[in-house]
Amino acid sequence: MIASASALGARLGEHLFIVGIALTIAFALALPLGVLAARNDRVRGPLLGALGVVYTLPSLAVFALLIPVFGLGLVTTEIALVGYAQMILVRNIVAGLQAVPAPMREAARGLGMTEAQIFFKIDVPQALPLVIGGMRLAAVATISIATLAGKIDAGGLGAMLFAGLDNDDPTRIITASCAAAALAIGVDALLRRIERITTNRAR
Amino acid sequence: MPGTPPSDDATRGASVSIRNVVVTYAGADHRAVDDVSLEVAAGEFVVFLGPSGCGKSTLLRTINRLVAPDAGEILVDGTNVRTTSPEALRRGIGYVIQAVGLFPHMSVAKNIGVVPELLGWDRARIDARVDELLALVALDPARYRARLPRELSGGEAQRIGVARALAAEPRVLLMDEPFGAVDALVRTALQDETKRIHTALGTTIFFVTHDVDEALRIADRIVVMNSGKIVQADTPLHVLARPATPYVEALLDTRDTVRRLSLLYARDALTFGKQGDRADGTIAADATLRAALALLLAGATRLSVSDRVGAFVDFASVRAALAASANDERSHASVA
Repeated sequence: MIASASALGARLGEHLFIVGIALTIAFALALPLGVLAARNDRVRGPLLGALGVVYTLPSLAVFALLIPVFGLGLVTTEIALVGYAQMILVRNIVAGLQAVPAPMREAARGLGMTEAQIFFKIDVPQALPLVIGGMRLAAVATISIATLAGKIDAGGLGAMLFAGLDNDDPTRIITASCAAAALAIGVDALLRRIERITTNRAR
Repeated sequence: MPGTPPSDDATRGASVSIRNVVVTYAGADHRAVDDVSLEVAAGEFVVFLGPSGCGKSTLLRTINRLVAPDAGEILVDGTNVRTTSPEALRRGIGYVIQAVGLFPHMSVAKNIGVVPELLGWDRARIDARVDELLALVALDPARYRARLPRELSGGEAQRIGVARALAAEPRVLLMDEPFGAVDALVRTALQDETKRIHTALGTTIFFVTHDVDEALRIADRIVVMNSGKIVQADTPLHVLARPATPYVEALLDTRDTVRRLSLLYARDALTFGKQGDRADGTIAADATLRAALALLLAGATRLSVSDRVGAFVDFASVRAALAASANDERSHASVA
């Protein structure tokens, strides 16, 4: 039981690492893409369409397609996770920025703010609730999909889960599943709370 | 520009010259502003009046470069606005729009302090200025400083909007239908307040409205616009008494002479009766003739004027003052 607990801790750590990397990269990509799509009508449609296609691909199929190119392991996992999270993050960043009332931006312009000042002082605080909401959905989805990483030698809670399946060991299956679910619920609750605080600030 | 007066001089407003300004919006088949010229003196309160789509708001927004004219130029205190960066220019020109313009995620103090902060004032100076401005718009600083816009009534929000626009002591203030969203009673109070602030600060004010009564109440000069052009620019009394075109006549309903009485005062209609004439009512010298008429209609035949011994106001003198206002060229042209 003690051995199992330390194994769980290690797997949980790996899982958080995989998810953390994926979300960091995903957000770093989604932010410029989202700002661009929100500002530019000609970019928005095609970009959201393309990301929508990636999003609808079955995750197992994505892994299957990536493995011949990037092999087994972390790289393939991260690419797949970042691809999934992109759609959710970009969509919410676009929605958040577009929800900023035009007269509010106009007032900011009229008071003499530069475009950068309008972005940081008006757009960001106004769009933050929807952006955090997107991060929450992306985090939950990524935690769940990241279990597949266990199947392709990238570790995480999935590794424990698939080991349990291979060895007919219900303890490991249940432990890993419950840990993944608890992680998702915990992260969801935490981000939901932040979302609520930013919503109160924005109204 | 040579000879710029120091900002703490008696007159705080700047003169503004609008010269042959043309604005055409992309895709529009007519000009939004069509070759408009207007000279505005320092400290003047100018109201752009007209229906929606007449170009009044567009013209206003060329002054702080929110709209770039296709032709013509605008000078503030003799300096072409295009020689200043748009941001620097706007920080020096107050701008008030309808209530939505307050930033909901910032406290009242933060909202008012936006421009001083952009200008890099230190914290203590901003705080002091915020309190000063709250007092100016008749709101208790201690009670309102930390409030959020959603905790304000429509009238309070609008006062904060005015305070924010005045924060960096601008010499020109632009107000774009600022009181359109508040109810009639509050609107009247805000108009009086704006007038009072104008008198106190001497700021040059441009005010856009489609509300005729609002324009008549607050303007030194009304600029009537239609289809991107200025139809008439004159004092409220002159616009009412001598409308330049049938359009002005219809827009301001100038045949309603009672309206004009609101702009004339008991002191303009004095008559000096015979020895022993008795008054059956009293009116102040600075009361409007509209108020005098109400008293006369209520049954009085002759009103004595307080502070003016031997002077009266009666039907005949009201009628004479009304007639004179239509002919007299200059007498009421520049009532402060």
